Amino acid sequence: MSIWIHEKSKVLIQGITGKQGTFHGTKMDEYNTNVVGGVTPGKGGQFVELPSKKVPVFNTVAEGLEDTKADVSLIYVPARFAAAAIVEAADAFHEKGGGLIVCITEGIPILDMVKAVARVNQYPEVRLIGPNCPGIITPGDIGGSKAGIMPGFIHAKGRIGIVSKSGTLTYEAVAQTMSVGEGQSTCVGIGGDPVNGTGFIDCLDAFEKDDQTVAVVMIGEIGGSAEEEAAEWASKNMTKPIVGFVAGSTAPPGKRMGHAGAIISGGKGTAAEKFKAFEAAGIYVARDPSEIGNVLVKALEDSGLR
Amino acid sequence: MNIHEYQGKILFKEAGVKVQDGIHCKTVNDALNAYDSLGSKVVAVKSQIHAGGRGKGTLYDQETNDLVMEGGVKIAFSREDVEKYAQNIIGRKLVTKQTGASGKIVNNLYIEAGCSIAHEYYLALLVDREAKSILIMASTEGGMDIEEVAEKTPEAIHKIWTHPVDGLNENDAVEMADNLNLEGISKQELVSMLNSLSKMFVEKDCSMIEINPLVRSESGEMIALDAKISFDENASFRHPWMEEMRDHSEEEEVETRAHDHGLSYVKLDGNIGCLVNGAGLAMASMDVIKLYGGEPANFLDIGGGATRDSITTAFGIILEDDNVEGILVNIFGGIIQCDMVARSVIEASNELGLKVPLVVRFSGTNHVEGKEVLDSCDLDVHTASTLAEGAEKIVNLTRRVE
Repeated sequence: MSIWIHEKSKVLIQGITGKQGTFHGTKMDEYNTNVVGGVTPGKGGQFVELPSKKVPVFNTVAEGLEDTKADVSLIYVPARFAAAAIVEAADAFHEKGGGLIVCITEGIPILDMVKAVARVNQYPEVRLIGPNCPGIITPGDIGGSKAGIMPGFIHAKGRIGIVSKSGTLTYEAVAQTMSVGEGQSTCVGIGGDPVNGTGFIDCLDAFEKDDQTVAVVMIGEIGGSAEEEAAEWASKNMTKPIVGFVAGSTAPPGKRMGHAGAIISGGKGTAAEKFKAFEAAGIYVARDPSEIGNVLVKALEDSGLR
Repeated sequence: MNIHEYQGKILFKEAGVKVQDGIHCKTVNDALNAYDSLGSKVVAVKSQIHAGGRGKGTLYDQETNDLVMEGGVKIAFSREDVEKYAQNIIGRKLVTKQTGASGKIVNNLYIEAGCSIAHEYYLALLVDREAKSILIMASTEGGMDIEEVAEKTPEAIHKIWTHPVDGLNENDAVEMADNLNLEGISKQELVSMLNSLSKMFVEKDCSMIEINPLVRSESGEMIALDAKISFDENASFRHPWMEEMRDHSEEEEVETRAHDHGLSYVKLDGNIGCLVNGAGLAMASMDVIKLYGGEPANFLDIGGGATRDSITTAFGIILEDDNVEGILVNIFGGIIQCDMVARSVIEASNELGLKVPLVVRFSGTNHVEGKEVLDSCDLDVHTASTLAEGAEKIVNLTRRVE
């Protein structure tokens, strides 16, 4: 049944009255996602007009949860306020027994994230995805549930789980699964920041336990060692096949490649090391994202799934 | 964002981290005056550039490229030495392990009082992305290249963590001092220094502080002889002073200009320019160009909020690079609509007089409309439906006829 978000998920949008919040709230509603309300301090009591309905605005996440019983909070709050928004959502979900926070915002100060993640980690029942990510989507029969900015129409319900540090490269992976006639169970963008919430291993673990998912596509990029750690974990814990790609083989050392976390520093975090770790862990490697579809077919065939 | 050593030492002083007296200079005359007013017979004459390895670097004449002097950091034992070294450094090109072959012009000099060194250590603070905390690492092998130490003797590097919420644990700091075999006053001074640096790291939103070497003087004092500090620019909104410390001459002008237009650009050495939306896809595009035998000329992410204006700027930046012999545009439309990109690309090409082959690959939002716009224009544009096809086409189009 997909991971972390599903057709019954109720989504609250922090920053719903902002340009981004309203725009993406509208797109989510069009995709059949159950947007139940929003939060903008000082604008409680107002309503936001979405294509299918009018939703209430609350002053705080706690009020919003109380009223709507939302289980997902999606954050489109400017970078300087985003970490506080994460902490507010974490505290509110903790009071209510848990929930999922998805933070799209790019450019949050790294130490703000260190503090915010520490808070979220105090609450085992609260999960944070992002920041600096496209969000999470579970395609359904008609539309689906999406908490994020990805174009809904490129997806279809299916049996492949996708986890990625990148936005558009995730869409590329989605298109690749579609090109070989496969749909997606859930796609998670974990984000390109050096310090974030949910990591690769959390996603792999959830996909391994998910009935709907039969195989996983994992997209990494240069910087840090999350891919290596995920590969090692997978070699011991995953029974489902994984197809892996890492972006940044041609990136020069010491240069930040767009994402705050995408940097080879001190000779560490290269694509070559990550591909090597993937291969050592028995992950099916695609060297070219346009090959993900074909490699996925091979992985499925080897496992008797096609 | 990086700052110079002389700026870092001002911050150290404010934070209570011991440094030697020193004076920032821009001219040889400044340097001589600095020597006179420091009142120290022995001084260090230090090139100020945003790159490490200065001591082992080499200075060249800007115009003739003739070798001027070995070593960008010199110990001067007299006024004459100071004059000679300052002359050899200011306005010269310093090439170090970290600058690349093109080196950096030295516009700033730091004259620092000498110090009797009993031992050199290495100390650094940085964000540990895996531990999601601040890592403090130190070694008794100061002055050495830390990457080399990490490679050859990883056990010589000692690590403790300081979390921005809880601060530094006193016991951890004491343990670090013990691991560095420090005793008495030196031990006390290190513990106090680690506290000061931990606070400074958080207060100033640093992304790295590196002190190499940190020294123990003959009298047991712990002194930061170097200061390499970088800040998290995402936090600049709460630190107006960051902008004042910025040395624009140390930054790539074109990268700054790109940044001001919401673009993320990194120049590379190849001949195929790339214009892509999304950092991951931009890297992947470079990788696939290479896979098909080409060499990318740049990394360029136009971001999710790209407009006609920013795409025109992006095109201009790509075409400024004389090495560019072809361009690959790779867009997977999400928020961005491919037809908007198509119109912007045509406009920019006409405006800038595009003379190199152009391959465009569209997918996602409005990709059909985008292709129609391209098909109906006068421009010689090649289209592709996958990244691989696009990369193969642009590589073939730019392959030189032997």
